[in-house]
Amino acid sequence: MISINPYAALAETISPLAIQGFILAMLGLIVIGTVVQMIHHKNVTYFFNNAKKAKLAAERELGIGEKTSVILKTVVHDIATTAELGAGKRRVAHVMGMYGTILFWVASVVLVFGYTGTGTTAPTIWTMIWHVGAIMTCVGGYWFWLFLRVDVLAEAHPWYRIIKADLFVLALLACATTGLAWSYFQSSGSAGLGYLFLVLFITSNIVLFGGVYWSKFAHMIYKPGAAIQKNLAEADGSRDNLPPLADVPKQFGLGIKREQPKHY
Amino acid sequence: MSTFVYMTRCDGCGHCVDICPSDIMHIDENIRRAVNIEPNFCWECYSCVKACPNHAIDVRGYADFAPMGHSVRVRREEEKGTISWKIKFRNGTTKDFVSPITTKPWGKFIPKLAEGEKPNDNEINSQMLYTEPNGLNIDGKLPSVPKDTFKKGVYY
Repeated sequence: MISINPYAALAETISPLAIQGFILAMLGLIVIGTVVQMIHHKNVTYFFNNAKKAKLAAERELGIGEKTSVILKTVVHDIATTAELGAGKRRVAHVMGMYGTILFWVASVVLVFGYTGTGTTAPTIWTMIWHVGAIMTCVGGYWFWLFLRVDVLAEAHPWYRIIKADLFVLALLACATTGLAWSYFQSSGSAGLGYLFLVLFITSNIVLFGGVYWSKFAHMIYKPGAAIQKNLAEADGSRDNLPPLADVPKQFGLGIKREQPKHY
Repeated sequence: MSTFVYMTRCDGCGHCVDICPSDIMHIDENIRRAVNIEPNFCWECYSCVKACPNHAIDVRGYADFAPMGHSVRVRREEEKGTISWKIKFRNGTTKDFVSPITTKPWGKFIPKLAEGEKPNDNEINSQMLYTEPNGLNIDGKLPSVPKDTFKKGVYY
Protein backbone atom coordinates (compact mmCIF):
# COMPACT_ATOMS: atom_id res chain seq x y z
CA MET A 1 0.00 0.00 0.00
CA ILE A 2 2.69 2.47 1.04
CA SER A 3 4.56 2.14 -2.28
CA ILE A 4 1.46 2.49 -4.48
CA ASN A 5 0.33 5.83 -5.90
CA PRO A 6 -3.42 5.84 -5.12
CA TYR A 7 -4.07 8.59 -7.67
CA ALA A 8 -2.51 6.54 -10.51
CA ALA A 9 -4.95 3.67 -9.83
CA LEU A 10 -7.79 6.22 -9.69
CA ALA A 11 -6.65 7.70 -13.01
CA GLU A 12 -7.53 4.39 -14.68
CA THR A 13 -11.22 5.12 -14.12
CA ILE A 14 -11.28 8.94 -13.82
CA SER A 15 -9.48 11.29 -16.20
CA PRO A 16 -6.22 12.68 -14.72
CA LEU A 17 -7.38 16.11 -15.88
CA ALA A 18 -10.46 15.79 -13.65
CA ILE A 19 -8.29 14.92 -10.63
CA GLN A 20 -5.96 17.85 -11.38
CA GLY A 21 -9.00 20.10 -11.84
CA PHE A 22 -10.26 19.04 -8.41
CA ILE A 23 -6.97 20.08 -6.78
CA LEU A 24 -7.06 23.43 -8.59
CA ALA A 25 -10.67 23.89 -7.46
CA MET A 26 -9.58 23.26 -3.84
CA LEU A 27 -6.80 25.84 -4.22
CA GLY A 28 -9.41 28.26 -5.57
CA LEU A 29 -11.63 27.60 -2.54
CA ILE A 30 -8.72 28.40 -0.19
CA VAL A 31 -8.06 31.71 -1.96
CA ILE A 32 -11.75 32.70 -2.06
CA GLY A 33 -12.36 31.65 1.58
CA THR A 34 -9.29 33.51 2.82
CA VAL A 35 -10.07 36.72 0.89
CA VAL A 36 -13.71 36.74 2.01
CA GLN A 37 -12.62 36.10 5.60
CA MET A 38 -10.03 38.91 5.41
CA ILE A 39 -12.71 41.32 4.17
CA HIS A 40 -15.28 40.24 6.75
CA HIS A 41 -13.03 39.80 9.81
CA LYS A 42 -10.81 42.77 8.85
CA ASN A 43 -7.69 40.77 9.77
CA VAL A 44 -5.39 42.71 7.45
CA THR A 45 -6.77 46.05 8.64
CA TYR A 46 -6.04 44.98 12.22
CA PHE A 47 -2.45 44.05 11.37
CA PHE A 48 -1.81 47.34 9.57
CA ASN A 49 -3.33 49.38 12.39
CA ASN A 50 -1.26 47.44 14.92
CA ALA A 51 1.90 48.01 12.85
CA LYS A 52 1.17 51.77 12.77
CA LYS A 53 0.69 51.87 16.56
CA ALA A 54 3.91 49.90 17.08
CA LYS A 55 5.81 52.31 14.83
CA LEU A 56 4.60 55.30 16.85
CA ALA A 57 5.57 53.61 20.15
CA ALA A 58 8.94 52.31 18.90
CA GLU A 59 11.96 53.29 20.96
CA ARG A 60 14.34 52.81 18.05
CA GLU A 61 14.07 52.26 14.33
CA LEU A 62 15.12 48.89 12.98
CA GLY A 63 17.33 48.67 9.90
CA ILE A 64 16.52 46.31 7.03
CA GLY A 65 19.22 43.90 8.23
CA GLU A 66 17.80 43.79 11.76
CA LYS A 67 14.26 43.33 10.47
CA THR A 68 15.37 40.49 8.19
CA SER A 69 17.21 38.85 11.06
CA VAL A 70 14.14 39.07 13.34
CA ILE A 71 11.88 37.68 10.59
CA LEU A 72 14.28 34.80 9.85
CA LYS A 73 14.59 33.94 13.56
CA THR A 74 10.79 34.01 13.85
CA VAL A 75 10.39 31.71 10.85
CA VAL A 76 12.94 29.21 12.20
CA HIS A 77 11.97 29.36 15.89
CA ASP A 78 8.36 30.48 16.23
CA ILE A 79 6.82 29.23 13.01
CA ALA A 80 8.81 26.10 12.05
CA THR A 81 8.76 24.67 15.58
CA THR A 82 5.63 26.46 16.93
CA ALA A 83 7.62 27.77 19.91
CA GLU A 84 4.58 29.71 21.10
CA LEU A 85 3.12 26.48 22.48
CA GLY A 86 6.08 26.06 24.87
CA ALA A 87 7.77 22.77 25.64
CA GLY A 88 5.35 19.90 26.00
CA LYS A 89 2.94 17.46 24.41
CA ARG A 90 0.83 20.16 22.79
CA ARG A 91 3.80 21.42 20.79
CA VAL A 92 4.90 17.90 19.77
CA ALA A 93 1.37 17.06 18.59
CA HIS A 94 1.10 20.35 16.68
CA VAL A 95 4.48 19.96 14.98
CA MET A 96 3.65 16.36 14.03
CA GLY A 97 0.27 17.33 12.62
CA MET A 98 1.65 20.43 10.87
CA TYR A 99 4.52 18.69 9.07
CA GLY A 100 2.34 15.64 8.37
CA THR A 101 -0.23 17.88 6.67
CA ILE A 102 2.42 19.74 4.66
CA LEU A 103 3.96 16.45 3.47
CA PHE A 104 0.51 15.02 2.68
CA TRP A 105 -0.54 18.04 0.62
CA VAL A 106 2.79 18.50 -1.21
CA ALA A 107 2.95 14.79 -2.05
CA SER A 108 -0.68 14.90 -3.26
CA VAL A 109 0.13 17.74 -5.68
CA VAL A 110 3.31 15.99 -6.93
CA LEU A 111 1.57 12.62 -7.37
CA VAL A 112 -1.49 14.08 -9.12
CA PHE A 113 0.31 16.50 -11.44
CA GLY A 114 3.42 14.40 -12.07
CA TYR A 115 2.46 10.78 -11.96
CA THR A 116 -1.13 10.14 -13.04
CA GLY A 117 -0.54 10.09 -16.81
CA THR A 118 -0.13 6.91 -18.83
CA GLY A 119 3.35 5.41 -18.76
CA THR A 120 4.45 7.26 -15.63
CA THR A 121 5.26 5.55 -12.35
CA ALA A 122 5.64 7.50 -9.17
CA PRO A 123 8.94 7.06 -7.29
CA THR A 124 8.40 5.15 -4.04
CA ILE A 125 9.70 8.11 -2.06
CA TRP A 126 6.70 10.28 -3.04
CA THR A 127 4.12 7.59 -2.32
CA MET A 128 5.84 7.01 1.03
CA ILE A 129 5.80 10.75 1.80
CA TRP A 130 2.04 10.83 1.02
CA HIS A 131 1.29 7.91 3.36
CA VAL A 132 3.71 8.97 6.13
CA GLY A 133 2.32 12.53 5.97
CA ALA A 134 -1.23 11.22 6.39
CA ILE A 135 -0.18 8.96 9.28
CA MET A 136 1.64 11.85 11.02
CA THR A 137 -1.44 14.04 10.59
CA CYS A 138 -3.58 11.32 12.15
CA VAL A 139 -1.22 10.72 15.10
CA GLY A 140 -0.77 14.44 15.91
CA GLY A 141 -4.42 15.27 15.19
CA TYR A 142 -6.05 12.46 17.19
CA TRP A 143 -3.63 13.02 20.08
CA PHE A 144 -4.69 16.67 20.11
CA TRP A 145 -8.38 15.89 19.60
CA LEU A 146 -8.68 13.20 22.27
CA PHE A 147 -6.37 14.43 25.02
CA LEU A 148 -4.72 17.84 24.50
CA ARG A 149 -7.53 20.02 23.20
CA VAL A 150 -8.15 22.88 25.62
CA ASP A 151 -11.86 21.98 25.84
CA VAL A 152 -10.87 18.57 27.21
CA LEU A 153 -7.71 19.47 29.17
CA ALA A 154 -8.65 22.80 30.78
CA GLU A 155 -12.45 22.90 30.49
CA ALA A 156 -13.12 19.19 31.24
CA HIS A 157 -15.55 18.73 28.38
CA PRO A 158 -15.81 15.17 26.98
CA TRP A 159 -13.77 14.49 23.84
CA TYR A 160 -16.91 13.75 21.80
CA ARG A 161 -18.41 17.23 22.31
CA ILE A 162 -18.20 18.87 18.88
CA ILE A 163 -18.31 22.65 18.38
CA LYS A 164 -17.80 24.96 15.41
CA ALA A 165 -14.11 25.44 16.28
CA ASP A 166 -13.60 21.74 15.50
CA LEU A 167 -14.46 22.16 11.82
CA PHE A 168 -10.84 22.54 10.73
CA VAL A 169 -9.24 19.78 12.82
CA LEU A 170 -12.05 17.28 12.23
CA ALA A 171 -12.14 17.91 8.47
CA LEU A 172 -8.34 17.55 8.33
CA LEU A 173 -8.46 14.31 10.32
CA ALA A 174 -11.26 13.02 8.11
CA CYS A 175 -9.14 13.78 5.01
CA ALA A 176 -6.08 11.96 6.33
CA THR A 177 -8.03 9.00 7.76
CA THR A 178 -10.30 8.42 4.76
CA GLY A 179 -7.35 8.99 2.39
CA LEU A 180 -5.39 6.22 4.11
CA ALA A 181 -8.42 3.92 4.20
CA TRP A 182 -9.09 4.57 0.50
CA SER A 183 -5.46 3.82 -0.39
CA TYR A 184 -5.53 0.60 1.68
CA PHE A 185 -8.79 -0.80 0.30
CA GLN A 186 -7.96 0.22 -3.26
CA SER A 187 -4.56 -1.51 -3.11
CA SER A 188 -6.02 -4.62 -1.45
CA GLY A 189 -8.64 -5.03 -4.21
CA SER A 190 -11.75 -4.22 -2.12
CA ALA A 191 -13.44 -2.12 -4.80
CA GLY A 192 -16.64 -1.39 -2.83
CA LEU A 193 -14.89 -0.13 0.30
CA GLY A 194 -12.32 1.62 -1.89
CA TYR A 195 -15.07 3.66 -3.61
CA LEU A 196 -16.82 4.32 -0.31
CA PHE A 197 -13.68 5.83 1.23
CA LEU A 198 -12.90 7.69 -2.00
CA VAL A 199 -16.29 9.43 -1.79
CA LEU A 200 -15.65 10.21 1.91
CA PHE A 201 -12.13 11.46 1.04
CA ILE A 202 -13.52 13.80 -1.62
CA THR A 203 -16.30 15.01 0.70
CA SER A 204 -13.92 15.73 3.58
CA ASN A 205 -11.61 17.66 1.22
CA ILE A 206 -14.53 19.78 0.04
CA VAL A 207 -15.53 20.46 3.68
CA LEU A 208 -11.93 21.29 4.68
CA PHE A 209 -11.17 23.66 1.80
CA GLY A 210 -14.71 24.92 1.30
CA GLY A 211 -15.03 25.76 4.98
CA VAL A 212 -12.06 28.14 5.15
CA TYR A 213 -14.34 31.11 5.87
CA TRP A 214 -15.92 29.42 8.89
CA SER A 215 -13.00 27.35 10.17
CA LYS A 216 -9.60 27.91 11.77
CA PHE A 217 -7.89 27.30 8.42
CA ALA A 218 -6.77 30.95 8.22
CA HIS A 219 -4.68 30.57 11.40
CA MET A 220 -2.01 29.09 9.12
CA ILE A 221 -1.76 32.49 7.48
CA TYR A 222 -2.31 35.00 10.28
CA LYS A 223 -0.46 33.20 13.10
CA PRO A 224 2.95 33.50 11.36
CA GLY A 225 2.11 37.16 10.62
CA ALA A 226 1.25 37.77 14.28
CA ALA A 227 4.48 36.07 15.43
CA ILE A 228 6.57 38.28 13.12
CA GLN A 229 4.76 41.41 14.30
CA LYS A 230 5.23 40.42 17.97
CA ASN A 231 8.97 39.83 17.59
CA LEU A 232 9.48 43.04 15.57
CA ALA A 233 7.67 44.91 18.36
CA GLU A 234 10.00 43.32 20.94
CA ALA A 235 13.04 44.32 18.88
CA ASP A 236 12.04 47.96 18.29
CA GLY A 237 11.11 48.50 21.96
CA SER A 238 7.38 49.13 21.45
CA ARG A 239 6.56 45.62 22.78
CA ASP A 240 2.79 46.23 22.49
CA ASN A 241 3.22 48.40 25.61
CA LEU A 242 4.51 45.41 27.61
CA PRO A 243 7.28 45.99 30.17
CA PRO A 244 10.80 44.88 29.25
CA LEU A 245 12.15 41.53 30.43
CA ALA A 246 12.97 41.69 34.13
CA ASP A 247 16.53 42.27 35.23
CA VAL A 248 16.26 40.02 38.25
CA PRO A 249 17.71 41.12 41.58
CA LYS A 250 19.01 38.20 43.65
CA GLN A 251 16.72 38.87 46.60
CA PHE A 252 13.72 38.06 44.43
CA GLY A 253 14.21 34.41 45.30
CA LEU A 254 13.51 31.27 43.37
CA GLY A 255 11.44 31.08 40.24
CA ILE A 256 8.49 28.76 39.94
CA LYS A 257 7.43 26.14 37.44
CA ARG A 258 4.18 26.66 35.58
CA GLU A 259 1.71 23.80 35.95
CA GLN A 260 -0.51 22.41 33.22
CA PRO A 261 -3.92 24.12 33.12
CA LYS A 262 -6.01 21.17 34.29
CA HIS A 263 -7.32 22.12 37.73
CA TYR A 264 -10.98 22.27 36.77
CA MET B 1 -13.53 47.58 32.08
CA SER B 2 -13.26 43.82 32.22
CA THR B 3 -10.58 41.67 30.67
CA PHE B 4 -10.36 41.27 26.91
CA VAL B 5 -8.25 39.00 24.72
CA TYR B 6 -5.99 39.85 21.77
CA MET B 7 -7.00 37.06 19.39
CA THR B 8 -3.76 37.08 17.42
CA ARG B 9 -1.73 36.44 20.57
CA CYS B 10 -3.98 33.86 22.26
CA ASP B 11 -3.24 30.23 21.46
CA GLY B 12 -6.05 28.73 23.52
CA CYS B 13 -3.79 27.12 26.15
CA GLY B 14 -6.40 27.35 28.94
CA HIS B 15 -4.26 28.94 31.68
CA CYS B 16 -6.77 31.79 32.10
CA VAL B 17 -9.65 29.31 32.21
CA ASP B 18 -7.78 27.44 34.93
CA ILE B 19 -7.01 30.42 37.13
CA CYS B 20 -10.07 32.69 36.84
CA PRO B 21 -11.61 32.94 40.35
CA SER B 22 -14.99 33.88 38.88
CA ASP B 23 -14.94 31.09 36.29
CA ILE B 24 -15.76 33.55 33.53
CA MET B 25 -12.74 33.01 31.28
CA HIS B 26 -13.71 30.26 28.87
CA ILE B 27 -12.85 28.97 25.43
CA ASP B 28 -14.83 30.41 22.55
CA GLU B 29 -16.78 27.75 20.67
CA ASN B 30 -16.20 29.30 17.26
CA ILE B 31 -12.48 30.01 17.26
CA ARG B 32 -11.12 28.07 20.27
CA ARG B 33 -9.54 31.15 21.84
CA ALA B 34 -10.06 32.54 25.33
CA VAL B 35 -13.01 34.82 25.93
CA ASN B 36 -14.54 36.55 28.94
CA ILE B 37 -18.09 35.15 28.89
CA GLU B 38 -19.46 37.47 31.58
CA PRO B 39 -17.67 40.84 31.54
CA ASN B 40 -20.03 42.28 34.20
CA PHE B 41 -18.80 39.71 36.71
CA CYS B 42 -15.09 40.40 36.15
CA TRP B 43 -13.34 41.74 39.25
CA GLU B 44 -10.38 42.90 37.19
CA CYS B 45 -8.23 40.88 39.58
CA TYR B 46 -5.48 40.48 36.94
CA SER B 47 -5.11 36.72 37.63
CA CYS B 48 -5.63 35.77 33.97
CA VAL B 49 -3.61 38.76 32.75
CA LYS B 50 -0.61 37.54 34.77
CA ALA B 51 -1.12 33.86 34.02
CA CYS B 52 -1.28 34.25 30.24
CA PRO B 53 2.02 32.97 28.80
CA ASN B 54 1.43 34.91 25.57
CA HIS B 55 0.43 38.25 27.13
CA ALA B 56 -2.79 38.01 25.19
CA ILE B 57 -5.10 39.39 27.90
CA ASP B 58 -5.43 43.05 28.78
CA VAL B 59 -7.54 45.03 31.23
CA ARG B 60 -7.90 48.66 32.21
CA GLY B 61 -5.82 49.56 35.26
CA TYR B 62 -7.48 50.71 38.48
CA ALA B 63 -8.31 54.40 38.44
CA ASP B 64 -6.47 55.04 41.72
CA PHE B 65 -3.06 54.55 40.14
CA ALA B 66 -3.67 55.25 36.47
CA PRO B 67 -6.20 57.70 35.08
CA MET B 68 -8.20 57.04 31.94
CA GLY B 69 -6.54 56.84 28.58
CA HIS B 70 -3.56 54.92 29.92
CA SER B 71 -2.18 51.45 29.29
CA VAL B 72 -1.22 49.07 32.09
CA ARG B 73 0.46 45.89 31.00
CA VAL B 74 2.11 43.12 32.93
CA ARG B 75 4.74 40.50 32.14
CA ARG B 76 5.00 37.51 34.46
CA GLU B 77 8.26 35.55 34.20
CA GLU B 78 7.67 32.64 36.52
CA GLU B 79 11.08 31.09 35.88
CA LYS B 80 12.65 34.28 37.28
CA GLY B 81 9.99 34.74 39.96
CA THR B 82 9.15 38.25 38.72
CA ILE B 83 6.15 40.34 37.78
CA SER B 84 6.95 43.43 35.72
CA TRP B 85 4.51 46.26 35.12
CA LYS B 86 4.52 49.07 32.61
CA ILE B 87 2.15 51.98 32.96
CA LYS B 88 1.92 54.31 30.03
CA PHE B 89 0.01 57.49 30.82
CA ARG B 90 -1.98 59.37 28.24
CA ASN B 91 0.63 62.14 28.09
CA GLY B 92 3.23 59.56 27.04
CA THR B 93 4.98 59.22 30.41
CA THR B 94 5.90 55.63 31.18
CA LYS B 95 6.70 53.93 34.49
CA ASP B 96 8.26 50.47 34.81
CA PHE B 97 8.09 48.35 37.97
CA VAL B 98 9.48 44.92 38.81
CA SER B 99 8.22 42.93 41.81
CA PRO B 100 8.85 39.41 43.09
CA ILE B 101 6.04 36.88 42.70
CA THR B 102 6.82 35.80 46.26
CA THR B 103 9.73 36.26 48.63
CA LYS B 104 8.86 33.05 50.52
CA PRO B 105 9.84 29.58 49.36
CA TRP B 106 7.27 28.50 46.78
CA GLY B 107 4.57 26.22 48.19
CA LYS B 108 5.42 26.74 51.87
CA PHE B 109 2.22 28.64 52.74
CA ILE B 110 -0.21 26.67 50.62
CA PRO B 111 -2.64 24.93 53.02
CA LYS B 112 -2.40 21.14 52.76
CA LEU B 113 -6.17 20.57 52.77
CA ALA B 114 -5.84 16.99 51.58
CA GLU B 115 -3.95 16.16 54.77
CA GLY B 116 -6.62 17.70 57.06
CA GLU B 117 -9.42 15.80 58.80
CA LYS B 118 -12.20 14.67 56.50
CA PRO B 119 -15.54 16.36 57.42
CA ASN B 120 -18.40 14.08 58.49
CA ASP B 121 -21.92 14.16 56.98
CA ASN B 122 -23.22 16.64 59.57
CA GLU B 123 -20.40 19.05 58.86
CA ILE B 124 -20.86 18.69 55.11
CA ASN B 125 -24.60 19.46 55.37
CA SER B 126 -24.06 22.30 57.86
CA GLN B 127 -24.33 25.98 56.90
CA MET B 128 -20.84 26.46 58.34
CA LEU B 129 -17.91 26.51 55.95
CA TYR B 130 -14.76 24.43 56.38
CA THR B 131 -12.93 25.26 59.69
CA GLU B 132 -15.79 27.54 60.80
CA PRO B 133 -16.37 28.82 63.46
CA ASN B 134 -12.85 28.22 64.86
CA GLY B 135 -11.18 29.39 61.67
CA LEU B 136 -12.86 32.79 61.98
CA ASN B 137 -11.07 33.54 65.28
CA ILE B 138 -14.13 35.28 66.75
CA ASP B 139 -14.54 33.28 69.98
CA GLY B 140 -18.11 32.24 69.22
CA LYS B 141 -19.52 35.73 68.59
CA LEU B 142 -19.06 38.53 66.11
CA PRO B 143 -16.51 41.17 67.09
CA SER B 144 -17.94 44.50 68.19
CA VAL B 145 -16.52 47.98 68.48
CA PRO B 146 -17.74 49.97 71.54
CA LYS B 147 -19.40 53.24 70.55
CA ASP B 148 -17.29 55.23 73.00
CA THR B 149 -14.22 54.37 70.96
CA PHE B 150 -15.68 55.96 67.81
CA LYS B 151 -13.99 59.02 66.48
CA LYS B 152 -15.84 62.15 67.54
CA GLY B 153 -18.07 63.70 64.94
CA VAL B 154 -18.83 60.41 63.21
CA TYR B 155 -22.36 59.14 63.87
CA TYR B 156 -23.93 55.86 62.84
